[in-house]
Amino acid sequence: MAVVFERPHALCDVPMHYCPGCTHGIIHRLVAEVIDEMQIEGDTIGVCPVGCSVMAYDYFNCDMIEAPHGRAPAVATGVKRSKPDSFVFTYQGDGDLAAIGTAEIVHAAARGENITVIFVNNTTYGMTGGQMAPTTLPGQVTQTSPYGRDPEREGYPIRVCEMLATMSGTALAQRVAVDTVPHIKEAKKAIRKAFENQRDKKGFSIVEVLSTCPTNWGLDPVKALERLRNDMIPYYPLGVYREGKGDGVK
Amino acid sequence: MNKEILLAGFGGQGILFAGKVLAYSGLEAGREISWLPSYGPEMRGGTANCSVVIGDEPVGSPLVTEPDILLVMNTPSYDKFIGAVKKGGKVFADTSMVDISSQREDIDFYGIPATGLSGENGLDGMANIILLGRALKESGLFTLEEVTAGLEKCIPAKKKNLLEKNLEALKIGMKSE
Amino acid sequence: MEKVLMKGNEAIAEAAVRAGCKCYFGYPITPQSEISAYLSKKMPLVGGTFLQAESEIAAINMVLGAASTGTRAMTSSSSPGISLKSEGISYIAASDLPCVIINVQRGGPGLGGIQPSQSDYWQATKGLGHGDFHVLVYAPASVQEMADLVIRAFDKAEEYRMPAMILADGLLGQMMEPVVFPEIRENSHDKSWAADGHKNKREHNIINSLFLQPDVLENSVKARYERYKTVEEKETVAESYLCEDADIVVCAFGASARIAKSAVAKAREKGIKAGLFRPVTLYPFPERELREASKSAKKLLSVEMSMGQMTDDLRLAINCEKPVEFFGRTGGIIPTPAEVLKKLEEMGGEW
Repeated sequence: MAVVFERPHALCDVPMHYCPGCTHGIIHRLVAEVIDEMQIEGDTIGVCPVGCSVMAYDYFNCDMIEAPHGRAPAVATGVKRSKPDSFVFTYQGDGDLAAIGTAEIVHAAARGENITVIFVNNTTYGMTGGQMAPTTLPGQVTQTSPYGRDPEREGYPIRVCEMLATMSGTALAQRVAVDTVPHIKEAKKAIRKAFENQRDKKGFSIVEVLSTCPTNWGLDPVKALERLRNDMIPYYPLGVYREGKGDGVK
Repeated sequence: MNKEILLAGFGGQGILFAGKVLAYSGLEAGREISWLPSYGPEMRGGTANCSVVIGDEPVGSPLVTEPDILLVMNTPSYDKFIGAVKKGGKVFADTSMVDISSQREDIDFYGIPATGLSGENGLDGMANIILLGRALKESGLFTLEEVTAGLEKCIPAKKKNLLEKNLEALKIGMKSE
Repeated sequence: MEKVLMKGNEAIAEAAVRAGCKCYFGYPITPQSEISAYLSKKMPLVGGTFLQAESEIAAINMVLGAASTGTRAMTSSSSPGISLKSEGISYIAASDLPCVIINVQRGGPGLGGIQPSQSDYWQATKGLGHGDFHVLVYAPASVQEMADLVIRAFDKAEEYRMPAMILADGLLGQMMEPVVFPEIRENSHDKSWAADGHKNKREHNIINSLFLQPDVLENSVKARYERYKTVEEKETVAESYLCEDADIVVCAFGASARIAKSAVAKAREKGIKAGLFRPVTLYPFPERELREASKSAKKLLSVEMSMGQMTDDLRLAINCEKPVEFFGRTGGIIPTPAEVLKKLEEMGGEW
């Protein structure tokens, strides 16, 4: 009997700790499929900092490094500079990348560090129980914005792709989502492109993946996907924000 | 015995360089040496000083607080360090730059108009080496051969004309009265 | 071997290159900037990486990344910068990674000053980050030792899979002295743990410091402490000078030890039987060596460029059997041999 669907080799055969309905599983799978298809597992080193994905070192079959909170782009820089022929990716959440690790991600992009960043944006700190994140939407209730995020009080959400698209070292800044099959297919293409950019030494590539957190949003998985579509995508429009590095100055 | 030497003046007068010439001369002559600069914001336009220890014993503290020999190229440094010189020590002051307000009876004082001499001889910026020349003559720290070897180490080979000018300045200092 | 005249900071940098350091990540801070300047010139010539990071924090995490691949990596800073690195140092120690960290100390706390100091002794030996861990701490006292101990630090860091720190100070970093670089015989240490790509030839390697099960975490910490036992047995280094018949054993490390040595020599001329004990390793602290060196002593005197951070370790090493006095300057002031001598004279007549 022909096998039509199986676990990618780059994904370990272990139970994951993610909550039911969480889209981390989909995103992990997309990364693993790309690693399989490009046949680069043996040369890939993943870096996962603090957040829900902190234990992803047990889920990916390539060599893995767990990094301090927010520091994955710096750790990945050290890996890539010491092993320039390897494929290096970071897998970071929104609190990690856009709050405590803002300096690291901005400067990795500015340097055009030849790495792939998978940025999972679910508008909350999942691991610590649903606090307000830099990406939390205006009005969104979280554990630490119990009256809803008020931009007058808590400031505005950070649009990471738009911000990093201004950096000359960024080779790819693209926002995708995993709420529907067409979006998932699009997301995989973007992730593939981000790894190919690394192979072709094109520079820093970031794929922002709009993701759900049913547990901390207090929604069932289907409703969570609807929220992603109805609330998040309008605030964080999907698309390619930058392609090709360089500052335009000859 | 080790000789403790303190060089002091404004940043830009070549205080650290003169100290390096001493240190490299010591290296070439096979002596024990250390060279310690003052560092920090004062390097940029303020006062600069540099401690050099030369001798036949391993150097203990590289910081010279009571110099046997003081080379001084500005008034604030003179005022600051003249009292610290060891009894019987030698002071070499660039009298073109230093206002001698107080004198000590228990030291040997040598006033050399080094900046003036450097201008008169077309050796602008080499007052430090003129002063050093006189100090070497009076202290007998190094022979001309030894200090020439030290200078050669301090000046890149491709700047040969600079080496010759430094040697000229050194000799003017040695002959100065 | 050729004797060259070099600043201590430059000697550290050159020694690192010779020791096979392939990656250096740093951030500008006085008084250690010569290390970065030197390596920014040298690394590209030897196929290595020099990268000026956006912060001290990024620099130490870049070291974490490079060390994870089994590559010899180093960072350098000065006191306030080391505080920023402490997070990364804890992770590196907890991940059993080797690396070398240079601290060219300046006066603290806070922004403090930029003149030489030894007031990071506690930080280096007791608290370089959160959690139960140690780093090897070497305290050079000359430009030659800056070079020698950097080479040793790379080797020992790999042998024990732990970070090693060179605890220097602004005086040693800025001063020039003759130095001879030894021939390096790079010891080959096992790197099968490295996350450098499994090439489809082995299981995936994981560099990690997270253990959510308390018993698993406890076991991992205990295993590390077993290694520390070996370190404490085998890796202590110290120098003794005129201690055999000394009434007063002066204890000092790094730059302070040079000053103390001058004072001890002068004290002997005056008939005071003083000796010098100089720990070269601060962790592990050379306790046995101190007990041996202070056998004839009636008193110990700690001389430091701090408010006396080493004195407790001296008392513990000798089991509080003898009085330990202290003389030091702090805030960037270098004690003079005359000051130390005066203190010795005061102590000299008391028994």
